[in-house]
Amino acid sequence: MKHEGLPSTPISFYASAKEALANTQLRRNMGKATQTIRAKRASVVSEMPDWEALREAGRAIKERTLRHLDDYLLQLETAVQAAGGHVHWARDAREANQIVTRIVQGHGAREVVKVKSLTTDEIGLNAALAAVGITATETDLAELIIQLAGESSSHILVPAIHKNRAEIRELFMRTLGVSDLSDEPKALAAVARAHLRRKFLSAPVAISGANFAVAETGTVCIVESEGNGRMCLTLPPVLISIMGIEKVIPTWQDFEVFLQLLPRSSTGERMNPYTSLWTGVAPGDGPQEFHLVLLDNGRSGVLADTIGRQTLNCIRCSACLNICPVYERTGGHAYQSVYPGPIGAILTPQLVGVDVAGSLPYASSLCGACYEVCPVKINIPEVLVHMRARVVRKKQAGLLSRLDPENVGMQALGRMFESPLLYEQAQRLARLGQWPLVRGDAISFLPPPLGGWTAMRDLFPVADQTFREWWAARNKT
Amino acid sequence: MDPGRNEILRRVRAALRDIPPGEQPDDVPVARTYRQTGAPHSPELVARFAERVAEYKATVHQIGAEALPSAIAAACARRGVRRLVVPPDLPAAWVPAGIELLRDDRLNNEQLEASDGVLTGCAWGIAQTGTIILDAGQYQGRRIITLLPDYHLCVVRAEQIVDLVPEAVARLTPTVRAARRPITLISGPSATSDIELNRVEGVHGPRTLEVLIVA
Amino acid sequence: MQIALFITCFNDTIFPQTGRAMVQLLERLGHRVEFPTAQTCCGQIHFNTGYQREAIPLVRHFVATFARYQVIVAPSASCVGMVREFYARVAEVSGDRRLAADVAALVPRVFELSEFLVHKLGVEDVGAYYPHRVTYHPTCHSLRVLHLGDAPLRLLRKVRGIDLVELPNAEQCCGFGGTFAVKNADTSMAMLGDKLRCVLDTRAEVCAAADNSCLMHIGGALHRQRAGVRAIHLAEILAATE
Repeated sequence: MKHEGLPSTPISFYASAKEALANTQLRRNMGKATQTIRAKRASVVSEMPDWEALREAGRAIKERTLRHLDDYLLQLETAVQAAGGHVHWARDAREANQIVTRIVQGHGAREVVKVKSLTTDEIGLNAALAAVGITATETDLAELIIQLAGESSSHILVPAIHKNRAEIRELFMRTLGVSDLSDEPKALAAVARAHLRRKFLSAPVAISGANFAVAETGTVCIVESEGNGRMCLTLPPVLISIMGIEKVIPTWQDFEVFLQLLPRSSTGERMNPYTSLWTGVAPGDGPQEFHLVLLDNGRSGVLADTIGRQTLNCIRCSACLNICPVYERTGGHAYQSVYPGPIGAILTPQLVGVDVAGSLPYASSLCGACYEVCPVKINIPEVLVHMRARVVRKKQAGLLSRLDPENVGMQALGRMFESPLLYEQAQRLARLGQWPLVRGDAISFLPPPLGGWTAMRDLFPVADQTFREWWAARNKT
Repeated sequence: MDPGRNEILRRVRAALRDIPPGEQPDDVPVARTYRQTGAPHSPELVARFAERVAEYKATVHQIGAEALPSAIAAACARRGVRRLVVPPDLPAAWVPAGIELLRDDRLNNEQLEASDGVLTGCAWGIAQTGTIILDAGQYQGRRIITLLPDYHLCVVRAEQIVDLVPEAVARLTPTVRAARRPITLISGPSATSDIELNRVEGVHGPRTLEVLIVA
Repeated sequence: MQIALFITCFNDTIFPQTGRAMVQLLERLGHRVEFPTAQTCCGQIHFNTGYQREAIPLVRHFVATFARYQVIVAPSASCVGMVREFYARVAEVSGDRRLAADVAALVPRVFELSEFLVHKLGVEDVGAYYPHRVTYHPTCHSLRVLHLGDAPLRLLRKVRGIDLVELPNAEQCCGFGGTFAVKNADTSMAMLGDKLRCVLDTRAEVCAAADNSCLMHIGGALHRQRAGVRAIHLAEILAATE
């Protein structure tokens, strides 16, 4: 399965999940990876006595930022410019791609190296650059795997989480011309090191996202593991960083909160190997030309919804993916978006609309595990049901809503529950109506749309004596 | 003027119509009830730092100040370092004899790549996370010199070690606010968790990190 | 104490034995149980599926039915979760300030059975006797919406004769999720399959929980597989005596 950034035509989570669930290799890989990372996260979080205080501070800082986002964006712009950087504003993906392309072409570059960035995946930057003859090389190991395999990401942190070591070995042998390669992760990583070293040294332009940008100082931050980020941020003479407008944080001090929340929530480490922070241009050290592109691309629309707004707290740690029982089983491709898992189930429909992604808010049993691990306390279940309400409102506004079986059923059910009398009648009618279906003490077959239930489970029928009937009988005597 | 800029600011302001007009950012409370001050300087703190750095598969030695030159020499000998990169201001006394010294005076990429390692000091260490902080300050040099060589030997003075992340961030404030120097936080050698979410050491950055903690 | 029983539509219709057990248990503990017969459904099915407007009259109806009771107890973590977590939101959607005020006044008086026993009454030993091997599945809403913690387990540990065994990977969702089980039936089944494996691994005879909705899901599959394990609501175990 392959997605291109954000979906643009209607997607069905049900259909893609069904396909993914049948992939036994995927199920095994996902189960193993998510269980590994969950245990690691739990262990490093449990050693923090002030974890809940940090989560609350993280949430509060994000709330402060979002409620005054215009102020902070202007502060950031001023600070970056004062430190020798250039700031660009992109209303949408097309505009962001144009800005980047113009800068790259201005330097006559035909090749760029990239640090893993969801934002550039979201806007389809690589394809936009390719269209004008510029080759973008992904330098993160997992991104490289995906790029070599011609696939798309299935996890926001570890895009190749759906592949195991044997599959990666085969891919490297096939595409990179290496022979005699073992499937030891260390050996696989060494192949990536050798393959990318020349590119780092020769690329004239690097492109990155940004984990955080401090409004007060203009400092931009990239959190990474492999050192490919450091390579891109240090070696090429020109650096372009693209960030969603929600990535700004107010002050340098605020950084101390996120620097503790992010690594433990994402890779389950006390700290990730490398964190780079730069403030504009440092004379004689690293790129001497720095561009920061501030991207809206639907985020201001998310901001306008007072319940949906908290979605923009997200620091892309992926803890919600790793804990999610749905994601664990379907993998990321089923969500058909660069943002999969619980956060994707609320973010994607807000960015592209429920007409396109209306099936995603239903891709959850509302178990609440995502909310519990979220380092910035996004109440994902709350936003999921809020988005479901948006889906239903949209459906009901349509001409065919009177023919929609779910809508018709829900209306009827609602009317029944409003009246104790109708409700009791319905209990009796159901008891009468169910007799052709009841076998022994259970129902093993139901017609569609309820057949999904009885495909694997029996259903227990309406009791011979409901509780209220028992109560009435008991109080008579 | 940038048309995107005005439009985005207009959209953001329209989206925030529910915010009371007089509200200031500081009116939105942020409770900093998390730990901002940790344990004071002590041998235990240094030991914790050493332990946590070592957990990332870095090699750690604790030594006395007088033993620094010999410890550096021993480390280089063990590693087989013949050409050693050092930042311009690194004390001459640190450098072992019999080694070709590449003092960074705009060394080019080829020279850095051809070296056997780099020796630097650092700005701060964080015991809680086993993190070394470089801020392009004293004995640290440009970012690139600790990136291209495959071996990084880093000297941390015990008094540079703080307990908690917020303590380190606070100490870096002048670096970002006034000096605007770049900062790199290093926690172990380069690593990846991209294959089956298992951490393996050694990708693009130095694959070996060795730390000398000087008491 | 006078206790109003909020039976929930689900238990009323399909699992009346749970309601009978609650009456028996609470009366045994010396309380007077009332059953407001006007009650129907809390509105969770509608609300969680996105039919928020349709949930408004159901919330009104619930509030009208229970307003005059001081203590309301239900054998369902998810229905109590709906009341506690989302009634205020429904009231907000309705734009009716009166309803919002009524909800705010009512919500603190609605309890799930095990939290009522352990946290409100301070009772752990309810005098039950249940000589069976039991494993307890903490449902998502009891864990992560109501934060019942180990209240149900504290009750079960005091049951005489019980052989209580820990459920592996207990905190993971069973895959029910209301209409999720029908709308995303395949994913739901994949989750359920793993939950069943954990239940069967315990060699328990009974799988207990604080919610018959999840138990209908787990129990329905155990029944289909003739697994030799039955799903039983916590209340029924606590009501059992020699």
